Amino acid sequence: MTTTLSSGYLEVVTEAFASGPAPDRAGHFGRFGGRFMPEALMSTLAELTAAYDHARQDALFHAEFAELLAGYAGRPSLLTDATRLSAGTGARLLLKREDLNHTGSHKINNVLGQALLARRMGKRRIIAETGAGQHGVATATACALLGLECVVYMGAEDTRRQALNVARMSVLGATVVPVEVGSRTLKDAINEALRDWVTNADTTHYLLGTAAGSHPFPAMVRDFHRVIGVEARRQVGDLCGGLPDAVVACVGGGSNAIGVFHPFLDDTGVRLYGMEAGGAGVHTDRHAASITGGSVGVLHGARTFLLQDEFGQTQESHSISAGLDYPAVGPEHAHLHDLGRVAYQPVTDDEAMAAFRLLSRSEGIIPAIESAHAVAGALRLAPVLAAELGREPVVLVCLSGRGDKDMATASEYFGLEGDR
Amino acid sequence: MSVTLSAVDSLDSVLRAARADGRAALVGYLPAGFPSAEGAVAAARAMVEGGVDVIELGLPYSDPVMDGPVIQRAAAAALAGGATTETLFDSVAAVAETGVPVLCMTYWNPVERYGVRRFAERLAAAGGHGLVTPDLIPEEAAGAGWTEAATEHGLARVHLVAPSSSDSRVALTAAASSGFVYAASMMGVTGTGQAAGGAAADLVARVRATRDIPVCVGIGVSTRDQAAAIGRHADGVIVGAAFVRRLLEAETEAAGVDAVREFAADLAAGLRSSG
Repeated sequence: MTTTLSSGYLEVVTEAFASGPAPDRAGHFGRFGGRFMPEALMSTLAELTAAYDHARQDALFHAEFAELLAGYAGRPSLLTDATRLSAGTGARLLLKREDLNHTGSHKINNVLGQALLARRMGKRRIIAETGAGQHGVATATACALLGLECVVYMGAEDTRRQALNVARMSVLGATVVPVEVGSRTLKDAINEALRDWVTNADTTHYLLGTAAGSHPFPAMVRDFHRVIGVEARRQVGDLCGGLPDAVVACVGGGSNAIGVFHPFLDDTGVRLYGMEAGGAGVHTDRHAASITGGSVGVLHGARTFLLQDEFGQTQESHSISAGLDYPAVGPEHAHLHDLGRVAYQPVTDDEAMAAFRLLSRSEGIIPAIESAHAVAGALRLAPVLAAELGREPVVLVCLSGRGDKDMATASEYFGLEGDR
Repeated sequence: MSVTLSAVDSLDSVLRAARADGRAALVGYLPAGFPSAEGAVAAARAMVEGGVDVIELGLPYSDPVMDGPVIQRAAAAALAGGATTETLFDSVAAVAETGVPVLCMTYWNPVERYGVRRFAERLAAAGGHGLVTPDLIPEEAAGAGWTEAATEHGLARVHLVAPSSSDSRVALTAAASSGFVYAASMMGVTGTGQAAGGAAADLVARVRATRDIPVCVGIGVSTRDQAAAIGRHADGVIVGAAFVRRLLEAETEAAGVDAVREFAADLAAGLRSSG
């Protein structure tokens, strides 16, 4: 099974699956997480948990996953020393290039892992939710590769805003179902996918796109993305001879962030920063910063931080980045916030767009607007860290995706047609 | 019996009385605040007039993952009309005046947000009899403080079982429930009208094999014949979306309330005749 392509990479995957004891058996990360789901899904969730627990310790599964990541997705992703971006910031900024993966973001790691697992469980039908369409496209890609039926739920509002991704999913053979209920965005697409799952759990795997929701999803999705952090930790060591001083990632649901942070959790000298979508500002009602601007509650199967009104009704989120536009966050992030291990901070739409332009023009890398939040956060932290440490800090930034999908948003934001 | 009967005991006695009567009890669901706060109360009263034995008032929620389009639409309209958790308590109090047990059906987050103990206290004070919790399994209920708060206030803890539930989960859920156990007739969401009598009877028997507790069957029950068929094997039959649909489709609120009363009478007659 193992070929020369993946033989070197197998070690990375095996290390990624050695993710430690959290959560507990019921899926709790401290006071967060758990399984707030209909009883009708309990047998399916138990089946999935058992299949995943087995797979993460199974050498054959490791080999299959390594083969796909190395031979199909293009891993390991590069680490780029962003010298022109770093100039004048006081820090050395290193970019973890998830934008170079097949389909253009970190999302492919998780979908390949879950699709392999679904095939092992004998589930031939895959359902997924998508907001901007990135997870939907990645899921449709994995299903095409593994010969699985694919149905993607997408808010009707989003199908209009992201027509190109709807077309990509169709080309890949997926069925896209526009969701016309509720706010017609990502959270309603998740609701509709859950309704499908409750009805068709026997034959269907719900391929959730982020490290959120009910146990085992937060842990399982994290583990599929841990390759990001495992690779980066080695790459920074090779380049700088040690650990980074800080790791910065954007946080919506939080899958790329948990993937890159997790292998550094025990490195107490490494500061971890999660950049939430501050939208128009966390003091306004137009943001998607669940931790820095929300409160504790239960949504989509987990206790976590979310945006809600005084009676517990979910509030609509806002971000210029569709991928961060979700009113809750993965439960492990809520727990890491509780522990104080990760510092979560908001980055506004304007800060993210400034970083989007700066990275494009200084390095020739157009980031996803999601990832531009991480870049903006790193630029803001750089002088602070330099002053605190009294030297040039090494800051690892997770560049979770590429920005091709964001051209319409960027053109509108900058008022551009061509040069300016 | 005496006035010291706790809420959960009086719910239990209503269900057992129906059983002694040789029929299943009829449980009717409506979301509070729909079509208006007053309209929901009027519709619930009309259900009681039509022969409903137990009322379930839903707390409208922004993300009702166990509900199909009918109840989703009603809940969204109730929220848009300004319904809140306070509306629910006021409605429970008004409907409780009819003398039938009133339960609240709610997704978990609004309870946690209100404060679990505070919610239990207010529900009990309003004359409510307990909670039906479609996204709260017993294990999480204990951790969330609901088991304790319900016990303190004598409220029923109605958890769900599904055709997919393992025998060990059926036993665990039955043991953790009080008042009755809610058996989902099928795998799916509310409002499809596709209740499966055979699967429901099997599930009811599996619950009864673990414990002597009333079992009510719901989800997908939309006609008199379905209710009658399921009622032969259960302590209660729960009908929700089929009532809500009548309110949604009525020209006026008053016409909707009348349609609800007639439908309740039709269902009740079906349960009596099926004995």
